[in-house]
Amino acid sequence: MDWTLLVIQMLNGLQLGVLLFLLAAGLTLVFGIMDFINLAHGSLYMVGAYFCATIADISGSFLLGVLAALPLTFAVGLAVELLVVRKLYARDHLDHVLATFGLILFFDAATQLIWGPEGISIALPAFLDGRVSLAPGIEFPTYRLVIIMVGLTVAASLAYVVSATRIGALIRAGAANRRMLGALGVDVNRLFTVVFAAGATLAGLAGLMMAPITEAYVGMGNSILIVTLVVIIIGGIGSVRGAFIAALLVGMIDTMGRAFLDSAMKLVLSAQNAETAAPALSAMLIYILMAVILAVRPQGLFAPKGR
Amino acid sequence: MKYLIAALTLIVGVTGAPAFAAETVKIGFVTTLTTPAGVIGRDMVDAVNLALEHIGGKMGGLDVELIVEDDGFKPEIGKQKTDKLVKQDDVDFVAGFIWSHVLLASSNSALKAGKFLISSNAGPSQLAGAKCNKNFFSTSWQNDQTPMALGEVLNQKGVNSLYIMAPNYAAGKNMIAGVSRTFKGKIVGQDLTKWGKDAQLDFSAELAKAKASGAEGLFVFYPGKAGGAFIKQFGQAGLADSMDLYSVFTVDSLSLPKFQKAGMQGVLGTFNTMFWAPDLDTPQNKKFVDGFKAKYDRYPSFYAAQSYDTIFLIKSAVDAVGGNLDAQDGMRAAMEAANFPSVRGKFTYGNNHFPIQNFYLRQVVADADGVWTTSIVQTVFENHQDVYAKDCKL
Repeated sequence: MDWTLLVIQMLNGLQLGVLLFLLAAGLTLVFGIMDFINLAHGSLYMVGAYFCATIADISGSFLLGVLAALPLTFAVGLAVELLVVRKLYARDHLDHVLATFGLILFFDAATQLIWGPEGISIALPAFLDGRVSLAPGIEFPTYRLVIIMVGLTVAASLAYVVSATRIGALIRAGAANRRMLGALGVDVNRLFTVVFAAGATLAGLAGLMMAPITEAYVGMGNSILIVTLVVIIIGGIGSVRGAFIAALLVGMIDTMGRAFLDSAMKLVLSAQNAETAAPALSAMLIYILMAVILAVRPQGLFAPKGR
Repeated sequence: MKYLIAALTLIVGVTGAPAFAAETVKIGFVTTLTTPAGVIGRDMVDAVNLALEHIGGKMGGLDVELIVEDDGFKPEIGKQKTDKLVKQDDVDFVAGFIWSHVLLASSNSALKAGKFLISSNAGPSQLAGAKCNKNFFSTSWQNDQTPMALGEVLNQKGVNSLYIMAPNYAAGKNMIAGVSRTFKGKIVGQDLTKWGKDAQLDFSAELAKAKASGAEGLFVFYPGKAGGAFIKQFGQAGLADSMDLYSVFTVDSLSLPKFQKAGMQGVLGTFNTMFWAPDLDTPQNKKFVDGFKAKYDRYPSFYAAQSYDTIFLIKSAVDAVGGNLDAQDGMRAAMEAANFPSVRGKFTYGNNHFPIQNFYLRQVVADADGVWTTSIVQTVFENHQDVYAKDCKL
């Protein structure tokens, strides 16, 4: 096998992985700390993409779109927490699921009403639109490399915040035992609001980074939400470290499955059967991984202690 | 008194309904209005409404009642909606259908109930061959035909090796079968990608494989939203430097405005094949394209063109029997004659009720106003019939 192709595919897997991490980080914290199932996390991914696309479209600058979309998505996250989610913490999980599923429908319909069904394409600035030569024979799209760097930077900052700051200590404490945290006099409500909106912003960041590759379109967050749920289940709910490792694992497995499974299956199957079966099997791989993890280690790879 | 009113309403309802039904031609139109593919459905419904406007809302002296249903890009929903149109609304014609897998799942519901089924886009091999039906008609093409024309173009251009990418569903497989049938060079690799409501739109892994394969050409079939995503990533991955892109149903009037807005100059000059183009020189096409642009301020897509034809095909049937909707044999004979003004000009129907028609090579160009569109370069096939017709016992 060609090793340059392997390196490129690993970079592709890494890029998908960090993107999933940005989504999973917010979802796992909200789930872990507030015990709140937020199916509408993918809608915030879409909202981030649409804000960025709209502002980039008006101003002609993708970077301005990014800079403006992040605080706007944060604001939407705040509004969702204060208006809807806050009232639901005390209810049971079924209510969470129903209410946030309603939010998905609301966001999808609202987006279609405001922006129409056709989606918005984002033009990349010239310096992001090209390729970087990493080594002889290894050319990689600049923009995907930037996604990897942004994702890793966010992951490192998040690791620092969670492990070395006061708010990080509160987040960890909340993930381990939120009732005790409240009893110790911490304003849990405010912590929840901040964490929810910050998670929304990370989801928005993932969405707006994906938009120039596909485009901003209605319902873009819904299919990726399923994969994100797989990531946080594998990583252990409430653990940022677990989300990071699981996201990279899922990104890598998904990409490698798409890249090499058909060639591998051709060794044992006829070419025609391999071509047909490989995409179906590679789409299943991450779910197989999740099933194995659930069977062997139901709490996930890095579940916070004390739960 | 209350009961009296209720009884009266009931009686009016019972006696009123059949009289009402006899005075309208009911057309059920199944397409995709939600999901990212909803933009295709909108183009089709816009074209249907334009056609109804152009015929004054009348067929054979009857008013036309249009019922549009959304299949949500899912075969099972498409079947449910078809059942609803057939059983609850008792329509006379079921039309529409973008997706081959949705049409295949829904066709029995319409045909077993003795309704006319008209595909305004999907052309799965099954319905062209062994599973053809006397009440099924197409105003589009059989899936294999357009890629077969493209394979012929590849031969003419002297392309020796080809990499293939298509979505993993009925039409994707037909497209691959089509191009493989006529292309004489070597197919060095192919990828089928996930399709449906949560279709794969990030092709990083597949594009890297295509590039590493060293093929001279890349053949793709990515209709709707996926097409835009694919073309962008093809550019970002820098494949244009090493291989030529040949597509079917991927670069169209729905994606071109977005490409133009995003300044993707690489699309200009690329080639694809199709039975139609906005500049195809027929009187009906001029009327259609001008009317569409005037009403909706954009170019119609081929989906729209086929939907426009659908209404005129139905009109020719209802006109032929003078509005007597029970005269199914008369309506069928009228449709088999293809005696209606079509955007593609004069054509005939094969035994399987798929058009025998020309296929053209088209190029992406800027029109007189600078708007990107597709324009016919040459005729690839004249009066081309699909290969499955011989398996059809009609």
